[in-house]
Amino acid sequence: MRHLLLATVFALSSIVSAQAADPIKVGFISTFSGLGGSLGQELLDGFNLGLESTGGQFGGRKVEVVQGDDQAKPDVGRQLADKMVESDHAQIITGVVFSNVMLALAKPSLDAGAFVISANAGLSQYAGKQCNPHYFTVSFQNDTPAEVMGAYLASKGVKKMYIVAPNYPAGKDSLAGFKRGFKGEIVGEVYTTFGQLDYAAELAQIRAAKPDGLYFFLPGGMGINFVKQYAQAGLKADIPLYGPSFSLDQTVLPAMGDAALGAFASNFWSESFQNPTSVKFVMDFEAKYHRIPSPYAAQSYDTARLLDAALKTIGGKIEDKKAFQKALETVKFDTVRGKFRFNTNHYPIQDYYLTEITKNDKGQIVMALRGQMATNSVDTFAEQCQMPSAE
Amino acid sequence: MAKSPLIRDWLPIMLILAVFAAVPSVAQAMGQPFAIKVASRILVFAIAAVGLNLVLGFGGMVSLLHAGLFGVGGYVVGISSYHEFNGEALMLGPVAWGGSGNLLITLPLAALTSAAVASLMGVVSLRTSGSYFIMITLAFNQMLFYLAVSLDRYGGEDGLQMLGTLNLAGFDPSKRLVYFYAALSVLAVVLIFSQRLIGSRFGMVLRATAQNERRVKALGIPPIRYKLAAVAISGAICGLAGGLLAGGTQFISPADMSWVRSGDLIVMCVLGGLGTVWGPVLGAACFLLLELGLSGLTNAWQLPFGLIVIGMAVYLNGGLVGLLRRVRAA
Amino acid sequence: MTLPLLIEQTLNGIQLGVMLFLMSAGLTLVFGIMNLINLAHGSLYMLGAFVAASVASLTGYFVVGAIVAVIVTAAAGALLEVALLRRFYRRTHLDQVLVTFGLILVFNEGARQIWGGVPLRFSLPAGLDGSVHLWSGLDYPAFRLVILGVGLVVGLLLYAVIMRTRIGMWVRAGASNRTMAAAMGVNVEMIFIGVFAAGAALAGLAGLMAGPILAVQVGMGEPVLILCLVVTVIGGIGSINGALVAALAIGLIDTFGRVLLSPALGSMAIFVAMAAILAWRPKGLFPVHG
Repeated sequence: MRHLLLATVFALSSIVSAQAADPIKVGFISTFSGLGGSLGQELLDGFNLGLESTGGQFGGRKVEVVQGDDQAKPDVGRQLADKMVESDHAQIITGVVFSNVMLALAKPSLDAGAFVISANAGLSQYAGKQCNPHYFTVSFQNDTPAEVMGAYLASKGVKKMYIVAPNYPAGKDSLAGFKRGFKGEIVGEVYTTFGQLDYAAELAQIRAAKPDGLYFFLPGGMGINFVKQYAQAGLKADIPLYGPSFSLDQTVLPAMGDAALGAFASNFWSESFQNPTSVKFVMDFEAKYHRIPSPYAAQSYDTARLLDAALKTIGGKIEDKKAFQKALETVKFDTVRGKFRFNTNHYPIQDYYLTEITKNDKGQIVMALRGQMATNSVDTFAEQCQMPSAE
Repeated sequence: MAKSPLIRDWLPIMLILAVFAAVPSVAQAMGQPFAIKVASRILVFAIAAVGLNLVLGFGGMVSLLHAGLFGVGGYVVGISSYHEFNGEALMLGPVAWGGSGNLLITLPLAALTSAAVASLMGVVSLRTSGSYFIMITLAFNQMLFYLAVSLDRYGGEDGLQMLGTLNLAGFDPSKRLVYFYAALSVLAVVLIFSQRLIGSRFGMVLRATAQNERRVKALGIPPIRYKLAAVAISGAICGLAGGLLAGGTQFISPADMSWVRSGDLIVMCVLGGLGTVWGPVLGAACFLLLELGLSGLTNAWQLPFGLIVIGMAVYLNGGLVGLLRRVRAA
Repeated sequence: MTLPLLIEQTLNGIQLGVMLFLMSAGLTLVFGIMNLINLAHGSLYMLGAFVAASVASLTGYFVVGAIVAVIVTAAAGALLEVALLRRFYRRTHLDQVLVTFGLILVFNEGARQIWGGVPLRFSLPAGLDGSVHLWSGLDYPAFRLVILGVGLVVGLLLYAVIMRTRIGMWVRAGASNRTMAAAMGVNVEMIFIGVFAAGAALAGLAGLMAGPILAVQVGMGEPVLILCLVVTVIGGIGSINGALVAALAIGLIDTFGRVLLSPALGSMAIFVAMAAILAWRPKGLFPVHG
């Protein structure tokens, strides 16, 4: 009997020590090829830098990152998630750029017992009815930057706005968010084809409608096309441009060049933030990758540091899911945003700032800070979330 | 050269099915249950590629419509499940239907719907031929794609996530083995059916039409009917594959219907070899395994992948099947 | 819609059409004359934009960038023909699709390795970056007028060279009967290299003209490839004037479709038009015989 007891104690302690020695496995699924390829790289670079800043460890345990290219295809992302959870035994899935990929892989990953930490995709489904104890979003909810901008413009007395987005859910959500915030008149609401190249027809309609401002949600190449053509059409002088940060960040600004100068964005972070964590992040990022980081990289940097901080409070024991969930919910860490905490639906409560696109003294096009727009901003879907307790 | 069809066609089909059937036990023994999911995915795309090859390889019609048909099947399964889960009736004209999560009902429905769509679009497309046929089928594929994007109720561009439970003759298709054996059975049926179809009078007319349409006409046979039937059948098979993909992943989205996916299916067929019913299965396996293997090595995996595809195009005239033949002949 | 707006939208449609013509002229040339489906046409277009953007920002001169880009894409085209694609003239269209599909992947990933994933800057020279006052109530971007001009010049030149010169005659002869043309003393091999290089240079030209108004990034070629294929096929494969007419039609249909129809229908408009045209004329608007 004593032998048995001893053996059990010995076995248990060896499990515990094996746990402490085993690395934490992170599955990083993102888009590295095709048109969205630069976004995946941006997220990965930010994450790696964040991980470097914590000594390659989360909560004192070594971290192993497995990465995969989802090609922006939901079924490929799903397969990668299956592989990482089952074959690589990833405890955390993160990195995903696009909503449709996240929607395809979140449920099976959660069902299989992994934590899903979104570093970018800001699904409304998981912010509301489908909110899940093991699903956290470190970036933002898709509608919020638009809603904040709408409310800000209304408060500044802007009367007539024209709004543009691609004809897909994130685009529609964004414009719906803008309309929730903006109380003036919407003189035009246009949905363009996803991936559209030429905007001459839309620009002519905008000129004819004579709005006081234009809000556009056009991520990636679409935004570059639009802003270049907007400037060439001579509209910029009469109708100022407003957008969420990712329509005007460092993944597109270098390509937009002078055409973007004078546009305004609503940000939860920009490269001009002056808090020490942000300054260090920008410096380290530029030193390592020779470019200015975008909010994508910042979100991902925060994701890594947030995971480290949460795991530190529970001694790195990610296997204790209840404790890990609790640690994430109450996490405190040095964020590049100045402050950050999770709402009850596991989406961020954060401040929003107005930035203007300007040239800095090195001739680079940057987002310069112009003031705060909103404090402790939350998304509207949180009310629909009744967070179930994990089994 | 002229071998009996038993050795040339049926033996490889049986071999392929036997190899797949061995996957679960090998995977379990090696402690790699994930391999079963990889194999299931290969099965699903193999089914679609075999379906496409009926028109591509045997009918001589290069169609870019098949990702669209694949997606139609997926959306039939998805939408049926959506309505059952939400308790809203689906109005099909005057008929109200409560939807269903039973794959034994929705998979055949997926095949039928895809066949119907394929026939409709086939009637118009078959007025053209050659490169024009490629492009008119591309146009129809894009129409289906944008139609799916406009389905706001079913998720639009984001895609449709199936929250209800599905069932397959009492089993749960989200269980990996259930799903694997379901896909394997469908592939077996599709391979056997296709092989018999190609060997039948119908298949002979179809192949003859691909080689010389005028001569077939001169024999008093209207080739258009045979081509249309082939398009409909291959549409049904692709719809079945799409339904299976949706049923297994509980997800379907317009991205599954993009013309690039049609291109992938064609590449699978050409890689495998067009002249046999079973060649595309090899192509699908080769394509998906390369994609998975290379993308695990580097994020720049498309560079080696592209080079391999170019190399195969240059040196593998006749696809993998051609290579096998030459190896055996040597 | 007011009259000035109607005129402006019509101009937009024509300008988009000319842009599409520029993009597809090279494709229809190679497709029609050599019977080769070159899916990598979009990659040559991307190459043109990338080279022009980097050289222009390095030297500070748009024109230098443009000249270098045309030369580089022509050379790339010739190299591709000699090293790879000439083996595929006698193979099936499907083998051509396979090899050029592989090329797309190699070009895209290669460009990402060389230039990085972040979209490049491609600014216009001062003077072309603003708009021109056409008449009261209608300002038009200057560079779009340049595109309009370049596209029309290219169209006229191509037509003149192919239909009115000795080289054009050789090209047509080589295309319709290779052996016979060779027997008559035409150096078919050189002609084919030349045609392929010219097709590539046209793709590069389209890329460098589109660069300043579109995003210059990896993968930019594929959406354009689709539009080019649509134009080529509607016009009738190998027909330069067919391509011009088809491009203008698509430009106008797309522009007005986006303005007048719902977003979903607007996205579909050109494909519906294409299916309708092919159902009506199965060999395109201007079928080429032989």
